[in-house]
Amino acid sequence: MVDHSSKGKSGDVFEMDIERGKIREFASATRSTNPSYLTGLTPVSEPTFLTTMIFWQGEAGNPWHEVAMDQKRGLHAEQEFVFFGPPPRAGTRLHARSSIADIYEKDGKRGGTLTFAVMVTDFFDEEGVLVAESKMTGVETSKAPEEVS
Amino acid sequence: MTLVPPPPLTAGPLTMTDIVRYQGASGDMNPIHHDEIFARQAGFDSPLVLGMMQAGMLATWATDWLGAEKIRRFRVRFVEQVWPGDTVTCSGSVQREYEEDGEQKVDIELVCKRQTGGVAVLGWATFVKVRNGASS
Repeated sequence: MVDHSSKGKSGDVFEMDIERGKIREFASATRSTNPSYLTGLTPVSEPTFLTTMIFWQGEAGNPWHEVAMDQKRGLHAEQEFVFFGPPPRAGTRLHARSSIADIYEKDGKRGGTLTFAVMVTDFFDEEGVLVAESKMTGVETSKAPEEVS
Repeated sequence: MTLVPPPPLTAGPLTMTDIVRYQGASGDMNPIHHDEIFARQAGFDSPLVLGMMQAGMLATWATDWLGAEKIRRFRVRFVEQVWPGDTVTCSGSVQREYEEDGEQKVDIELVCKRQTGGVAVLGWATFVKVRNGASS
């Protein structure tokens, strides 16, 4: 069950280095042969590359577990990345902070209630300028009738 | 200048190798995407493909068209599950072209479909355009 009191909770600030080899690996995994990601020493990162923050965030940086979404009824509903300039390049060191920005409910199309949780992560460069934002929306479906004992 | 979308990006049949390569690259090692036993225990017939892998392919298609350094916003909504063995097709179209904050921008809509015709992922992206109207 989603814990509504998790709204507003933040994780610790974490560091994330944008690395050339990781950008290359990510291009391969997303079927890209675009030279923008593969040439030069400081290629730009892919539009969904910041999802690799998983490698940097750590337990203390990740407030998502506070949402306590049931893994068996939880799904990734939406994902957004916003860039306030070109996406970060290899060689960039980012400082990021994640917080639970919103929790809300909607009626499901097939009955029951859907509970949505939104985690926003802000990415700052070494000068403290906001360069990107990631917004993950997860949804928990209410129990299917046959699951109710 | 009217922007004409390039041919769609088709990928598949998607294999477990595609899935584990994406999982290793992204860091999302949720076993529901590669562990058959775990997936069955969670009530699925087989592991399911990560929505973020299709999102990445939509981004590949979009940035090949409008430029990797020109993207400013990328949003996806996961609609229908994709399964190993599926073939997916990523494409899109221009929603609107406009000027904002002194920059020429273009909003596009993206769609990733399964071989059944079912929509797996919907997307929306914003790119800036260079002044002479060229796209990259």
